[in-house]
Amino acid sequence: MERTTLDLWVGTFVVAGIVALGVLAFKVGNLSTYNVSETYQLTAYFANIGGLKQQASIKSAGVLIGRVKEITLDTERYQAKVTMTIDKRYQFDHDTYAKILTSGLLGEQYIGLDAGGDAEMLKNGDTIEHTQSAVVLEDLIGKVINMLAEGPAKPKEANGKK
Amino acid sequence: MPVKNSVGALGRRTVNAVWRMGLAARFFGLTLLYSGVSFRRFRLTRREMFFSGVMSLIIIVVAGMFVGMVLALQGYETLKRYGSESALGSLVALSLVRELGPVLAALLFASRAGSAMTAEIGLMKATEQIDAMELMAVNPIARVVAPRFWAGVISMPLLSAIFSAMGVFGGYVVGVVVIGVDEGSFWSQMQSAVDFRQDVMNGVIKSVVFGVAVTVISLFEGFDAPPTAEGVSGATTRTVVESSLVILMLDFILTAFMFRGD
Repeated sequence: MERTTLDLWVGTFVVAGIVALGVLAFKVGNLSTYNVSETYQLTAYFANIGGLKQQASIKSAGVLIGRVKEITLDTERYQAKVTMTIDKRYQFDHDTYAKILTSGLLGEQYIGLDAGGDAEMLKNGDTIEHTQSAVVLEDLIGKVINMLAEGPAKPKEANGKK
Repeated sequence: MPVKNSVGALGRRTVNAVWRMGLAARFFGLTLLYSGVSFRRFRLTRREMFFSGVMSLIIIVVAGMFVGMVLALQGYETLKRYGSESALGSLVALSLVRELGPVLAALLFASRAGSAMTAEIGLMKATEQIDAMELMAVNPIARVVAPRFWAGVISMPLLSAIFSAMGVFGGYVVGVVVIGVDEGSFWSQMQSAVDFRQDVMNGVIKSVVFGVAVTVISLFEGFDAPPTAEGVSGATTRTVVESSLVILMLDFILTAFMFRGD
């Protein structure tokens, strides 16, 4: 087959396009940090998940160990059922505590796992018993307002009676 | 009776539009049906890739650079108010990979390569080259239309990837080199924000869809153009207008499907 300069240009173009895709995948995107190691799944029930989303990170002592796979509402308990995919290298015991935390003041929400002291480890498909819901800012403000209203309100009433 | 005439004209236009829609659908089907030749004799497709893909490279590279540079400049001004200049990398990369890369590359492709395709095929028809092919028992859709279609569909995602990559580079030049945002946080914030499957692959899917839409419109307008100088010029204008509108509408629909915010 004859070679023409046209072929060279088309080849350059295709190579440039594939290189650009590679740059997008590895330099811009997160393909290089993708975990190819094996994983197992745990579930946890939360009374309120706040702004937790699918693909949110799961951390223990600040180290990324997994991702949130699925969030559904369990209609038997009326609680959020969160399915987590966790790296098989990291095992947790039955006393593990799962909390929904926020990174920074306005950052994304993630699940933090604190290991307990139980000897038996959680297996694939097990449920984490101890959980703490997300802090909802409105509830927090409501509580503070209630506290403030209950506190100084009494002396005022007393003043009024005088 | 002016009222009667205008109502009649409206009806004729509507019927004509629906008619052309049907013709375009049949044309698309025929193009897919006779695509075999463009792969068996890949030389034909490769030649068209040179004219639609390689020749668009310069405009894509330059436009991508400048779009990235403007994004970095504008993004920095806004992010500075919230003290989160380090998020500049993810802002530039996400807007390019998800939206601006595929959409702007497709708009440039429609005006650079799409209009050329329409004019070429329209003139081939006006100078009776298409009829001559049919007389020689050469299928013009297989020989002329399908290679151009596949060349466009293959070139579009590559061009859009080059556009996004150049845009990120432009954003890096302005953000890190000129303004002085911290280089480490620029790249690491970008990497943690951009997901390969969710963002990069969806951008590629978008650009493939745009490639199909732009080439089908360009080729159909050329094939359907009245064989006069006026007809060809009108068809070329219609190609650019219709492709631009279709790209933006398809972009909305695809975005609504892809990024529903969980």
